[in-house]
Amino acid sequence: MVQLTLPKNSRIKTGKTWPKPEGAKNIRKFKIYRWSPDDNENPSVDTYFLDMDKCGPMVLDALIKIKNEIDPTLTFRRSCREGICGSCAMNIDGHNTLACIFGLDEIKGDVTIYPLPHMPVVKDLIPDLTHFYAQHASIMPWLETKTNRPAKEWKQSIEDRKKLDGLYECVMCASCSTSCPSYWWNGDRYLGPAALLHAYRWIIDSRDEATGERLDQLEDPFKLYRCHTIMNCAKTCPKGLNPAAAISHIKQMMVERHV
Amino acid sequence: MADVNRGNRPLSPFMLGKYYKFQLNSVTSILTRITGNALVVEAFLIAWWLIAAATGPDYFAVADFVVTSWIGDLILLLSTLGLWYHALAGIRHLIWDNGYCLDMKSADKLGWIVIYGSLVLTIITIIFV
Repeated sequence: MVQLTLPKNSRIKTGKTWPKPEGAKNIRKFKIYRWSPDDNENPSVDTYFLDMDKCGPMVLDALIKIKNEIDPTLTFRRSCREGICGSCAMNIDGHNTLACIFGLDEIKGDVTIYPLPHMPVVKDLIPDLTHFYAQHASIMPWLETKTNRPAKEWKQSIEDRKKLDGLYECVMCASCSTSCPSYWWNGDRYLGPAALLHAYRWIIDSRDEATGERLDQLEDPFKLYRCHTIMNCAKTCPKGLNPAAAISHIKQMMVERHV
Repeated sequence: MADVNRGNRPLSPFMLGKYYKFQLNSVTSILTRITGNALVVEAFLIAWWLIAAATGPDYFAVADFVVTSWIGDLILLLSTLGLWYHALAGIRHLIWDNGYCLDMKSADKLGWIVIYGSLVLTIITIIFV
């Protein structure tokens, strides 16, 4: 259902303002969403100040600096710091991206950081992605074959392999799905851009032999057709992929197999 | 759905504008919805006007007064804009559904065409109707 406000337990209060670093000339303000399961309080936005002359260039550098030097309780996921693990996806400056590959110089003014939108929060900037992963698992993200196993590998022509470009690069960071208003409001049944991009990745794989079953599974008013081509997904993807196009191609295949 | 609300977890903020930036693509999308719904309401107004015309001169005089008043004029003007906008946005959806212009650059370009196109077509409509 369309929901325009936050439930009572999720409304955001003004949080703590942490002291400014002493002797710093180049100070920047960071407003960061906080919520802890331990103290029975509503979420709040804390304000931090960093000396930018002593901070790395990326948003993740700033978060790590805050955690190391100001507030060790600040909680966020991170791992590879180079945009390949997809862990540090969050809502930065009003859109979803990976903190590790989004430069602080790309933001004007204060830096605002929230967890990925419309998700249950585990703590601070960490959303619960259980349902998101379950949806990914539901599209059978593996090669389904029926013919006998070849002696060596399943082969594919160079042209067929090219069809997977722009799809296989997805790191499942959930930036796209949580940028989608349709997913916010129907995410329980709508699979969302990430899962559908993966579905398409296997549908058009020339080696896969379950195309029909895959399309059957998606032929559903909610799973696939809650996509209304809003295109927030393609706009926000930190890897520059285009889930909206993938979804549109699935819809086309649905029509084609009926005519 | 998996139980993802253990321990009364809050929902992270999402609202368009305040927490998620308005973007050309999302604004043009939501305007398509708004104009579509507004046009349904406007269609009722026109239907009422026509029914009044079929009912009799006295009743028509009342309906005609409302429809041709400045408020009626304003509603019809905005409806014309909404109609053109919704029509052009519909064409954009047809283009997308045929698999074209799905890259962000083309999609944004089409968005501006829909916005400016509906304004230009409305002005042309005012001049010629």
